[in-house]
Amino acid sequence: MKILVTVKQVAAVDDDFEIRTDGRDVDPDFLIHDLNEWDNFSLEEAMKIKEAAGGEVEVVVVSVGPESVDEELRKCLAKGADRAIRVWDDSVEGSDPIAIARIIAAVAKNEAPDMLFAGVQASDHSYAATGIATASFLGWPHAAVVSLLNYTPGSKMATLQRELEGGTYAEVELECPAVLTIQLGINVPRYASLRGIKQAAAKPIDVLTPSALGLAATDVGEAGSLSRVRRMYVPAKGQAELIEGTPAEQVARLVKIIQEFKGV
Amino acid sequence: MSGILVIAEHRMDELRPVSLELIAVAVGVKAQASGPVTVAIIANDPQKYAQALSVQGVDEVICVKSAVVEFDPDAYEATVAALIAAKNPSLVLLPHSVNSLAYAPALAAKTGLGLATDAFKVEFDAGALVATRGGYGQKLNVEVDFPGKSTVVVTFRANVCKPIDAAGSPTVTQMDAPATPARGQHKKYIEAAGGGDVDIPGSEFILSIGRGVGEEDNVEQFRELAQTVGAELGCSRPIADAGWLPKSRQVGQSGKTAANCKLYIAMGISGSVQHMAGMKHVENIVAVNTDPKASIFHIARYGIVGDIFEIGEELRNQFPA
Repeated sequence: MKILVTVKQVAAVDDDFEIRTDGRDVDPDFLIHDLNEWDNFSLEEAMKIKEAAGGEVEVVVVSVGPESVDEELRKCLAKGADRAIRVWDDSVEGSDPIAIARIIAAVAKNEAPDMLFAGVQASDHSYAATGIATASFLGWPHAAVVSLLNYTPGSKMATLQRELEGGTYAEVELECPAVLTIQLGINVPRYASLRGIKQAAAKPIDVLTPSALGLAATDVGEAGSLSRVRRMYVPAKGQAELIEGTPAEQVARLVKIIQEFKGV
Repeated sequence: MSGILVIAEHRMDELRPVSLELIAVAVGVKAQASGPVTVAIIANDPQKYAQALSVQGVDEVICVKSAVVEFDPDAYEATVAALIAAKNPSLVLLPHSVNSLAYAPALAAKTGLGLATDAFKVEFDAGALVATRGGYGQKLNVEVDFPGKSTVVVTFRANVCKPIDAAGSPTVTQMDAPATPARGQHKKYIEAAGGGDVDIPGSEFILSIGRGVGEEDNVEQFRELAQTVGAELGCSRPIADAGWLPKSRQVGQSGKTAANCKLYIAMGISGSVQHMAGMKHVENIVAVNTDPKASIFHIARYGIVGDIFEIGEELRNQFPA
């Protein structure tokens, strides 16, 4: 019994950043990396299932990215994932979410998990595409934006809730194995314990290449993508009128704004 | 390949307003797409939506009769694939909704179509489609193109484009959705629990709190503050996710829209796209945040760069009883 959890190292721009000379991305020197916020929730959901089953569930995390991604994989191992897989070589550069999904699907075919969890989206580029595209490559049933899950390992059906817009949820029964994209708030992610962090150092991170997974050069990178970034730029944005002064002065103005609204 | 196919969305017997926004987007680039605008509605009883979708600029409304009553990703994927095969559009516009996200990436991946999600602008540059979306937490705009793709699927953000009010007279046609084996089953809809006393959509004055509140014990003082100034207490997603306030108080895409709000005070809310979707239309937004670079300051009318606890206490003291 196995659950595969996909994770991503996301990037945020530093306060003052520069665009790369080709204009198609931010200069990597100005990027700050972290584990995608959503992935904490999908890993926790897998850990909850593992613990409820009394430990007979293996939780494997997989990511596509260069060596720096090991830092995020170690975080997942510290929280209790059993092992990690990272896929990379230079051919992956320029991949869009669909090309990434093709790589993850190839890993999933090897690993044959009972469930695959992905975050709804990543906080950097918010494509919300990788998980569901992975399901397509696998030919698996799938559900997007899952906010509640009832699933017993080995079961052929899962019951779940999808979070729709406007405070409405849809309850769905789904055949398994399936790909679920996991929404924030589905659980309360744990922090890694000191013991967990120590143990993580000894857990394996397998590093694979796309070709070792049987993928052709045209399956990944720009050739395997359905879109290409043409240009990035900083948009012109509105700016609030800043209320200056001491807190007392600022609030005096705020009181006036409230009273104007109330017609006082 | 020419023209634009729009997939309308409905839920619980109502057309989702984003459907009409997408039609406006399509009509806006119709001349560049050098082809008709076709709107498809996939439902068990699609005819009832046909009139609402017949707005100026639409050439054809296709009522696709589906055996599946509620949304199912496999049924929608197969149906939209059939529509694309029938119409050969250069652009397929879907709402960037939770339901579209459940099948659009699968559709594009399977058939090798171009794909961009959460776009807020589309245009044709020398005949080739360019979609603009946000990158790096919406700090940058990203232009995406689709080399070698004659059909591109774009999920387009809600609340960007104004719907067209004028009625049109498109041809209304019928089609049967292809049958798909059911791998999932919709059971029921559930409304967010908590607080029949809370009315975010109806409130004219909302004071909302976000991550800046820090911990659960700090929520109470803002509840009291909202009461003091006569505002409804709202919140952003992390506060509801943590269970500090009920989901019924959450403002944003997956929460409630501040539909009638005239004054919105955002305290300790940095301003995610999802939160702003529920409040950015409010005429008077006052944002209080320690981070002068927070996104919320880009949409607020007034900004106070400061500590929400200090400002909160000062407001409590100064507000006339």
